[in-house]
Amino acid sequence: MTDREPLDLTAADLAGRIEHVFRAEHARVVASLARRFGDLDIAEEATGEALLLALEKWPVDGLPPNPGGWLTTTAGNKAIDRIRREGRRDDKHRQAVMESERRGDHEPATAEHTGAIVDDRLRLVFTCCHPALAPEARVGLTLRLVAGLTVPEIAGAFLVPETTLAQRLTRAKKKIKDAHIPYRVPEAEDLPDRRTAVLAVVYLVFNEGYLATSASGEESAPIRGELCAEAVRLGRLLRELMPDDPEVMGLLALMLLIEARRPARYVGGELVSLDEQDRSLWDRSLVAEGHALVRECLGIGRPGHYQLLAAINAVHTDAATAADTDWAQIATLYDQLHAVTPSPVVALNRAVAIAELDGPAVGLAAVEPLALTSYTPWHATRADLLRRAGRLDEARAAYDAAIATSDNEPERAWLRARRAKTS
Amino acid sequence: MTQYMISVMAIEGEEDYPTDPAELQKLYDDVEVFNQKVRDAGAWVFGGGLTPRDSATCVDNTQGQNIVTDGPFAESKEYLGGFWIIEAPDLDAALKWAAEGSRACVGKVEVRPFQSEPPEAG
Repeated sequence: MTDREPLDLTAADLAGRIEHVFRAEHARVVASLARRFGDLDIAEEATGEALLLALEKWPVDGLPPNPGGWLTTTAGNKAIDRIRREGRRDDKHRQAVMESERRGDHEPATAEHTGAIVDDRLRLVFTCCHPALAPEARVGLTLRLVAGLTVPEIAGAFLVPETTLAQRLTRAKKKIKDAHIPYRVPEAEDLPDRRTAVLAVVYLVFNEGYLATSASGEESAPIRGELCAEAVRLGRLLRELMPDDPEVMGLLALMLLIEARRPARYVGGELVSLDEQDRSLWDRSLVAEGHALVRECLGIGRPGHYQLLAAINAVHTDAATAADTDWAQIATLYDQLHAVTPSPVVALNRAVAIAELDGPAVGLAAVEPLALTSYTPWHATRADLLRRAGRLDEARAAYDAAIATSDNEPERAWLRARRAKTS
Repeated sequence: MTQYMISVMAIEGEEDYPTDPAELQKLYDDVEVFNQKVRDAGAWVFGGGLTPRDSATCVDNTQGQNIVTDGPFAESKEYLGGFWIIEAPDLDAALKWAAEGSRACVGKVEVRPFQSEPPEAG
């Protein structure tokens, strides 16, 4: 028993540590089993069985010295049990198992194997985010298999019935198997596109958490707010798996800098716009980490969509007060962003920066021609610029249009307050 | 290796095949270049374009008595214009052939795997 954890931990401590191990090791265990057995379903189920066994044994025996290795070995045995039980002796599985035995893939996780294990998780990420799967299935699979969230947790966070989500995941796994979606890191020529698809899934998870939290108020949606933390965790994992990729750094930086401002975004359940936020509430350590990442990725000299969005956020979080914001730099960054990913929304944001530099009339001239009449921020921006230009009747009408296009109550309340001040 | 069917899907009334004979010839040539590339790669199983679907005949021998009717099976606007059957190690490889085939024949394509692997040769 000398290599076991002492048993004087409280039950709650132990439960917390077990939970932590499960979350930290889930992707690794599923990924190594998926490679070994060539079947995500078997990998997921065997991992689940190993976790159940750990929940029985660890509170009694204490955590094993290498919990991840224990889970991988146990799950591997469970998978072999299942394959035997089901008499799955067809060539493919036997071949896969034989190959893996020959390569020694079944060895438990040890330091020497770190390289291969990292690759396994990256393979898993690319399979879960394959463009041949429906976007919502990509999100669900990634949260389930890579992040290790349970089906009820994911269903709760996305406000879909558990059965719907379970069917979606089953269907996606069946397609992966039937269509032979490969379990590997894409070839170099496909990597940029496929990497973009992976980043989109993570950012979608983040936005779902962020916007949902906004829509219903911070306190009322604790599970959905968790999605932001989950996306950041996935972003960190991707950074670990693809350490030299500037867009991966950019996405992580972007999420950290938005997350850092969350404590100031709601005060008493009310939305506070960036220029009015109490900047002392921002999470300084997240800001510092985000700024360091922005510097690192831009230093590589291959700017991309997420890097530029992160850089724009960094200009905001770098300003001690709203009045100190370097709008010239923001306008330049939006120019670059527009060159990389042109869109009317980018043009709208650029116009906001231009208005700060050259006045509301110049900003309005850039805002008016944009085809965004169903987009609340377009109306709200227009209203604000009209107000600042002294065209108050038009500003009030624009606020009315903004309120009419919003389905987000805190946002509507904020717009009504703005409208009331326009007189 | 898995066999995949790459179906060239057409929509009635929206077919935009070139009418100019020279352009049409270029399309045929492009498809033949693609076909040869698939053959050279050892991925070719079968492929071809279908005649217009008013040449179709339906056969139903499910109810004990064979019934033959004129016309296509589906009433839908979407129909199969032609297809390839290729052999590929995985979906990524099949999607690459599909992308090249789509460009060559100037048509949207659908990729579907066959149910099971063909028997191993030998």
